[in-house]
Amino acid sequence: MYKVYAIGEEPVHALDGVSLSVDEGEFVAIMGSSGSGKSTMLNILGCLDVPTSGSYLLDGVEVASRSATELAHIRNEKLGFVFQNFNLLPRTTALENVELPDLYMGRLSMRARRRRALELLKRVGLGGRHSHTPAQLSGGQQQRVAIARALMNNPPVLFADEPTGNLDTKSSIEIMNLFTELSREGITIVMVTHEDDIAAYASRHIVMRDGKVMRDDKGEGGRKTTDEVAKLVKEALS
Amino acid sequence: MSFWMIFKVAVRAISRNKTRSLLTCLGIIVGIAAVIAVMAIGQGAQTMMVKEISSMGNNLMMVFPEGRGQGPVSGGMGQGQTMTAEDAEAVKRELSHLIQGVSPQVRTSVQMMYASKNWAGNVQGVSTDILLISNWSVSDGRFFSEEEESRAARVCVIGTTVKKNLFEDEDPIGKTIRLKTVTFKVIGVLGSKGANNWGQDQDDVIMAPYTSVQRYLQRSKFNNINMMNLSLISMDDLAEAKREVSALLRQRHHLADYQDDDFETRDTTEIMNTIGSVTGLMTVLLTAVAAISLLVGGIGIMNIMLVSVTERIKEIGLRMAIGATPANILTQFLLESVVLSTVGGAVGVIVGVVGAEAIGAVKGWPILIQTGSTISAFLFSAVVGMFFGFYPAYRASKLNPIDCLRYE
Repeated sequence: MYKVYAIGEEPVHALDGVSLSVDEGEFVAIMGSSGSGKSTMLNILGCLDVPTSGSYLLDGVEVASRSATELAHIRNEKLGFVFQNFNLLPRTTALENVELPDLYMGRLSMRARRRRALELLKRVGLGGRHSHTPAQLSGGQQQRVAIARALMNNPPVLFADEPTGNLDTKSSIEIMNLFTELSREGITIVMVTHEDDIAAYASRHIVMRDGKVMRDDKGEGGRKTTDEVAKLVKEALS
Repeated sequence: MSFWMIFKVAVRAISRNKTRSLLTCLGIIVGIAAVIAVMAIGQGAQTMMVKEISSMGNNLMMVFPEGRGQGPVSGGMGQGQTMTAEDAEAVKRELSHLIQGVSPQVRTSVQMMYASKNWAGNVQGVSTDILLISNWSVSDGRFFSEEEESRAARVCVIGTTVKKNLFEDEDPIGKTIRLKTVTFKVIGVLGSKGANNWGQDQDDVIMAPYTSVQRYLQRSKFNNINMMNLSLISMDDLAEAKREVSALLRQRHHLADYQDDDFETRDTTEIMNTIGSVTGLMTVLLTAVAAISLLVGGIGIMNIMLVSVTERIKEIGLRMAIGATPANILTQFLLESVVLSTVGGAVGVIVGVVGAEAIGAVKGWPILIQTGSTISAFLFSAVVGMFFGFYPAYRASKLNPIDCLRYE
């Protein structure tokens, strides 16, 4: 895949010939410094953006040349998103935030939707806080609401863009434990991070620089410790 | 997402920012209220005038002798001496298929006296048909009869103003008053008609048989009349009646083909048309002013919606990321502006109606609020919201989710 931005006179190659495949159930960490193209990669994989050239098959279906409406449907039905800054609707309760994806899908009845949203909130450990608004929740709690929201439509794939970037260490560990749990249940997770300790939770590590994949351990060698991840990154970029 | 859900989202977004929403609505409220009030006052004035004009007479048509004089001196309207009571009788006789009543009219101003009081006024010499023609009735006593008319009896009926000035509380029926030097017996009092459109007191009148007025008060050697009042059976036959009256009078006056009519016909539709076009023009002008204020209100909505889209760009990005289609976003923002403008429209209708009634009550103007125009003003406010809300909503729907999420 290629992604070229025309900024100023020189075209910027945000993705310069990346080729990879992610299997069902993998927990992938995309790593790299800022400007390495990891966010562009995540956006394209998450159907928020389309590549300039190349092809992207999601679940065996070409999505590189879909219309905005079709991409919206794909995101709604197959993908869940967790953002660095949570992106919850302000002045809206946790419950309503979680319900939102199904409102666009319109699959469940009002009562079933409410029940599922409450279940998901309980699942992420926010059972009693469904009527709190984001302002009344801590960062870690907000991110858990965001995860519950991402799971609302039962997506097979979850995308996370620096999910712990705005969180303290304790909350970060809680969130990552939640991700690990979800991964064990079979959800495919693709996460962008530049923190070695966070990447250590993933089963596969991809290191990027200047729009190219420098290193992809393909999940070989099982789980890695923070130090092993740090070594991997250092080797890849040297 | 269902329409209803998007509607709820839109309403919630509006209610979050109450002050701003109210200020945004204000333009529409003022615009719609102005339209409603202006139309109510305009329509009220028009219907009142039309009503008063039709109260002048019952399918009224008037024929005046042309005001041509002898030589270089022109007389005024009705001063020509070519029309006679016989003309009126001929019209009544020949055109009974079109005309239900004809009354010649002669007019003379007199000093009237009773006991120690006196009053200056007009005596109208008319025929018995005048009650039918002018939609008038006698409230006390009786009107004169055809027999009294044909023998030029010295009887008269008086208007309430004359009664008040000559008799005060005394019963005038059967009393004798003096008109100029001639005595007339009062046999009836006309019902009160009040002032007409132009402020003229219609009750300041004495009616007597035209024969008596001609014989005793005008004492003219001619038997010309000032005008002829006709009551048509139906206003639909107006054109035909004019044509036939004209043909009959031309024949009776021995006018050759090359000669102009020596009379002129008038009817209330002409007056009504004039009044209608004047008040219609006023209504159009004022409505244009009101429409401009609606336009300004619409621009206000567009302005606020553009601000709102920029302000909520992250929300838009998030909604798109979790599956909102461009159409969903478009609907959400469009509904928001339509709700704003229709709420403004509804409040505007109320303010307009209350305002019009208040102005009417203070100024004593007649107010006519038409359901049709109220509904169309309300619907128009929705159209304004849709029209001016479309551009901001369209812009929101065309945003790229990543740019939105990244926006700082």
